Amino acid sequence: MIPQSGNRFSDKIMRRQDAMANTAGAAKPQLYLRSLSRWRPIEIAFWLATLLPFVLFPDYLSLASQIAIAALFALSLDLILGYAGIVSLGHAAFFGIGAYTAGLFSKFVWGELFSGMLVAAAMAALVGYASSFIIARFRHLTLIMITLGLGLLLHEAANSANWLTGGSDGLQGVQAWPLLGLFKFDLYGTTAYAYSLAVLFFVFLAARRLINSPFGLSLRGIRENWMRMPAIGAASRAHIRKIYTISAAIAGIAGALIAQTTKTVSLEALSFERSADVLVMLVLGGAGRLYGGLIGALIFLVARDRFSGIAPQFWYFWIGIMLVAVVIFLPNGILGGLSNILSRRNRS
Amino acid sequence: MSAPALSTRGLAKSFGSLVVAKDIEINLPKGVRYALIGPNGAGKTTLINLMTGMLAPNQGKIFLGDEDITELEPQQRVRRGLARTFQINTLFPGLNALEAVTLAVCERRGISGQFWQNISVHREAIEEAYEILVRLRLGESCYQPTRELPYGRQRLLEIALALATRPKVLLLDEPAAGVPQEESGDIFEAVEDLSQDITLLFIEHDMHVVFRFASHIIVMVGGAIFTAGSPAEIAADPRVREVYLGTRSHG
Amino acid sequence: MIGPIVGVLFDGFAYGMLLFLLSVGLSVTLGLMNFVNLAHCGFAMLGGYVTVTLMNDLHWPFFATLPVAFLAAAAASVVLERALYRRLYRASDLDQVLLTIGIAFISVAVAAYYFGTTQQPIEMPPYLRGSTTLLGVNFASYRLFLVGVALVVTLLLIAGLEYTRFGAQVRAAVDNQRMARGMGINVDATFAATFALGSGLAGLGGALAIEIVGLDPVFAFTYLVYVLIVVSVGGLGSIAGSFAAATLIGISDIAGKYYVPELGAFLIYLVMVAVLMWRPAGLFGRR
Repeated sequence: MIPQSGNRFSDKIMRRQDAMANTAGAAKPQLYLRSLSRWRPIEIAFWLATLLPFVLFPDYLSLASQIAIAALFALSLDLILGYAGIVSLGHAAFFGIGAYTAGLFSKFVWGELFSGMLVAAAMAALVGYASSFIIARFRHLTLIMITLGLGLLLHEAANSANWLTGGSDGLQGVQAWPLLGLFKFDLYGTTAYAYSLAVLFFVFLAARRLINSPFGLSLRGIRENWMRMPAIGAASRAHIRKIYTISAAIAGIAGALIAQTTKTVSLEALSFERSADVLVMLVLGGAGRLYGGLIGALIFLVARDRFSGIAPQFWYFWIGIMLVAVVIFLPNGILGGLSNILSRRNRS
Repeated sequence: MSAPALSTRGLAKSFGSLVVAKDIEINLPKGVRYALIGPNGAGKTTLINLMTGMLAPNQGKIFLGDEDITELEPQQRVRRGLARTFQINTLFPGLNALEAVTLAVCERRGISGQFWQNISVHREAIEEAYEILVRLRLGESCYQPTRELPYGRQRLLEIALALATRPKVLLLDEPAAGVPQEESGDIFEAVEDLSQDITLLFIEHDMHVVFRFASHIIVMVGGAIFTAGSPAEIAADPRVREVYLGTRSHG
Repeated sequence: MIGPIVGVLFDGFAYGMLLFLLSVGLSVTLGLMNFVNLAHCGFAMLGGYVTVTLMNDLHWPFFATLPVAFLAAAAASVVLERALYRRLYRASDLDQVLLTIGIAFISVAVAAYYFGTTQQPIEMPPYLRGSTTLLGVNFASYRLFLVGVALVVTLLLIAGLEYTRFGAQVRAAVDNQRMARGMGINVDATFAATFALGSGLAGLGGALAIEIVGLDPVFAFTYLVYVLIVVSVGGLGSIAGSFAAATLIGISDIAGKYYVPELGAFLIYLVMVAVLMWRPAGLFGRR
């Protein structure tokens, strides 16, 4: 029994390698590049598994909704950090802009969800586009400081604009119409999770498409060797401005989701902690891998929920330990570590 | 008479009191193969950096054909047809050769900002990249991540990336640097097979290679052009020999 | 009318001097190794807690605790530098940011575990408690003392960098690391020593900060932001730059809080972003 299954396993690998050699070795580079973006079974399994909470953990749908939103936010950071190598310590700025825009929109215009989300995305994209001209000019510490500074600036601005944002009391009176006019947001979070998950999935599809496009290839080029890009005639700055704007829009969508599903917006949406948390999630899962932010958000928020009994400052002790461990032992996050183990096993 | 493919006028650069280029005047006629030689520290790589815009000169002008490109950014010069390779591999370690060259082709074709379609839709760009790779004998190994390629192939990939920009003028900074002597011939044969329309300037230390592949030689010493001429003239010039043997009494 | 303005300027300057002590070490180590150390204020916090413990539990006099605060922070930094930081000198910004943020998180949690999350009270010796009135303006004695310490430290640092052999090595290494190595300077050892010195100064700053801004476990993050602002505005590796930037930020912050309190910390962030847009390398930066 056991050797047989072992054989089957290696057979499978052999067949896969043959298949790769066939598409690869022959003059079919186009097919090869297409095969890179093909959906793998594990991906389909992953997305099917996201439906499990409806059945298995109906008491945890609010948490699941939080996870989906955080995953979307982490995905937006992944696009600039994992794919274009821009380290941002102030990405919560766009999350917060999206949250406040959607909240205010629902308060002063109407509570329809999708229009609110689109307005929030547009607003975040606009601010992202404006600040991208600054971002594209800098690298290294100056860039980190600029992103941090802009984030803090916005946090203070929202704090000061008490009349509009409610300041430290948070924005009250956010309304959300039933999803598609049918499903009310219930206490259990069923609608909230369905809505967040659906938005996450569609944005993920778009991001996946982007990564496998010529533009995505250029982004990977910027990450792999920023210095070489000018020498192949690349307009790196234009690329950086573009991805920064796209990333800001996605972060804005995530912010809109939090406003609509929790019916409130607090200053925390713009805080440094939120910027730091999303960075931790992404790095934990593995930056530059699309699923990294998703897995990272899942692990991070489930762990925080499990440890919710302990005081927040001790929670950060474990985050700190985890960060140090990831940097020293798992430079590419959990997914990077896994793929290393798999490829090593395949080779031996 | 048509303008030279690449020329410089009174190019000068110094870092503080250290002069790395002084009053450099060169003219590369179209389609020639120039070698740039000189002892270590003569300023050969600096000259390439100046011409490609990686360094800004203190003085002087650079012309690509008739156009003054002195003020242009490096990527703008590349788009106008001035490409280079690097002495130390400056590649994309995590991309494979096909992806890297396709990237460069997409940038040249102006489709690199396109983010709503899968890259495999752009068949012509991919095929062009693959052709370049095959021409440089990288067709077999183009699916391997760059960091896993043998060193000699990485050197070839340097050239492939530059070719993907369709250069009119190509500056090769020691294309065979670090490659064992028996393999360096392969690299230069690949270079020799390049289209005759491309004007070439290459830095090389191995004199056998220089005399075999160059139609013209420029000798640099101490940041200045020391002399220039045909291989036969340079070979016969006793001063060049002195420079290389270090027996010159001054300078 | 003049009185309040001078008072605000003085308080701002004193606050700036505190920021200078906290940040000068980070500026030099950043300039030297390009290492983004976000745990820098953790060392400052350590100095603060050393002083609190020695004063409240062991009843040491305030002055006697200051050298210990310096040494404790310096020693802790050497341990961390040898154990962790050293591995990441050639790593990406991101890895450095993550590692040091992680250490900062840990320091916050450890401080909360041992000392609780409340502000730590200390009692200043009587001669630092009062104030002096000069031309109708009130100068708090402690702030005068703080300015004095900062000026002495500045002079010692500048003199040390200009006139000692170690200073020359540091300058050479900041200027051009490769050339310094080529000239036989042990850049790693120089860096370790500079790192210890810088962290020690942060520890001293942390001890001196208690009286002005208090001490609680989030100190490591609250002041990190200020310190980073000072460093990036001043320019990496420049003592004069840090001094000027700390003065600018200190005065802007205090004046902002005094005259336009509704803006909060908005003003200093604005100053920072504006300065960096104008001069990306900071006021005194060379690149």
